[in-house]
Amino acid sequence: MTEIVCRCEDITKKEILEAIDEGYQTLEEIKRVLRCGMGPCQGRTCTPLIAGLLARKTGKSVAEIEIPTTRPPLQPLPLVIFAGDEE
Amino acid sequence: MKDKADVVIIGGGATGCGTAYNLAKKGVTDVVLLERNYLCYGATGRCGGGIRQQFTTEANIKLAMESVRLFEGLSQELGIDIEYDQGGYLIITYEDEVDQFRKNVELQNKMGLKSKFISPEEAREIVPLLNIEPIAGATFCQTDGHANPFRVVQGYARKAEEMGVEISKFTEVMGIETEDDQITAVETDRGTIRTDTVVNAAGAYSRNIAAMLGIDIPNKPYRHEILVTESVEHVLDPMIISFKTGIYFSQQKCGAIIGGIGDPEEPSSYNISGGLRFLKRMARTMMELVPAFGHLNVLRQWAGSYDVTPDAQPILGWTDGVEGLCQANGYSGHGFMIAPKVTELIAELIVDGKTSMPIDDLNLRRFEGEITGEAYVVG
Repeated sequence: MTEIVCRCEDITKKEILEAIDEGYQTLEEIKRVLRCGMGPCQGRTCTPLIAGLLARKTGKSVAEIEIPTTRPPLQPLPLVIFAGDEE
Repeated sequence: MKDKADVVIIGGGATGCGTAYNLAKKGVTDVVLLERNYLCYGATGRCGGGIRQQFTTEANIKLAMESVRLFEGLSQELGIDIEYDQGGYLIITYEDEVDQFRKNVELQNKMGLKSKFISPEEAREIVPLLNIEPIAGATFCQTDGHANPFRVVQGYARKAEEMGVEISKFTEVMGIETEDDQITAVETDRGTIRTDTVVNAAGAYSRNIAAMLGIDIPNKPYRHEILVTESVEHVLDPMIISFKTGIYFSQQKCGAIIGGIGDPEEPSSYNISGGLRFLKRMARTMMELVPAFGHLNVLRQWAGSYDVTPDAQPILGWTDGVEGLCQANGYSGHGFMIAPKVTELIAELIVDGKTSMPIDDLNLRRFEGEITGEAYVVG
């Protein structure tokens, strides 16, 4: 239960299961309540794992779990590279 | 879901959840809150979390000052760490803004707010990384700051539920029924709730809710984009903003820099996608003020809708022509920061029939006359 699921934000399996029990039964909500998926990897590692936990807890199939909105940039990029050319 | 309630609140952001909490605190617990998506889906969950008192209209200054007083005790009151941080707001002042900003500080001081006009050198003492070359000074208020909007909403919602409020997420309002211009029920995609009182706290979607009753509110939605960087060591105490460029950014407890910039060319729409134009404008403007931030990695960008009124002040209170419809919308980009006081006042209005602070000037009917408004709209 103390396994880390979200490595960027140090979120454990126990915390995720508790959030699901508290009524946060979508990935978007779990992300906002626990911050998992908000770190440098943007959920690449933890999203499938949390989707699995959510599916098991709610009796759904993993395919039925809605994946959070993917937001640009797709990988972390330094601000300076956007500052160069005009619009 | 219940089929009857004393009050139905539409909207699960800071205003809706705060109103639910404050109604329950005053003993009105037969309340249903309806949210079309998850709590915080709208502007509250998309905002920068800033809490500012440096405004230019008396109404906004008063609401913000009272809200800060409430924010100061909110972590304890709600039993959740809202990550409240009073690092201040540093309002960058360019040469042609100096005279007006000095006047604004005068008004703020007259109302008891300890804001002050400072020199570029003094601004650099507060933010050592600041490039003071382009600026003529700044206004600063130490008790401004920021908090985590997710935590605030979660805290309000949890406490409201503990006291008996029903929160119905993923529930969409389909219509509102009336009889002789008195609200009688709210229809949702999960059933009908009989009620005589509705709070319209649907943010940028409030105008659609009002339209269900034939009420035309002058709010318009505008996309505002925002980004978050990787977490770094603590280097920035205040929120830095500029009304000239529309930029704002602050460092969160976790170390990330969150900031956005308004776009004068943005048309009114419900678009909330993120674009490259924003990233470029943000990078350029932020690096002019803090060149070192060019090295920060951007993790993600997103957007939300401002709910903008013609005078950039909220619409609060009962609606002429429809008995039982209470407006709590039109925050024009500063709803989260004044939510603690606004929601207390809305609860007073509904329960006591009067408010401890006058809000008549913020009623919808003000738009029938001449409009004078808030000048400090950021982003």
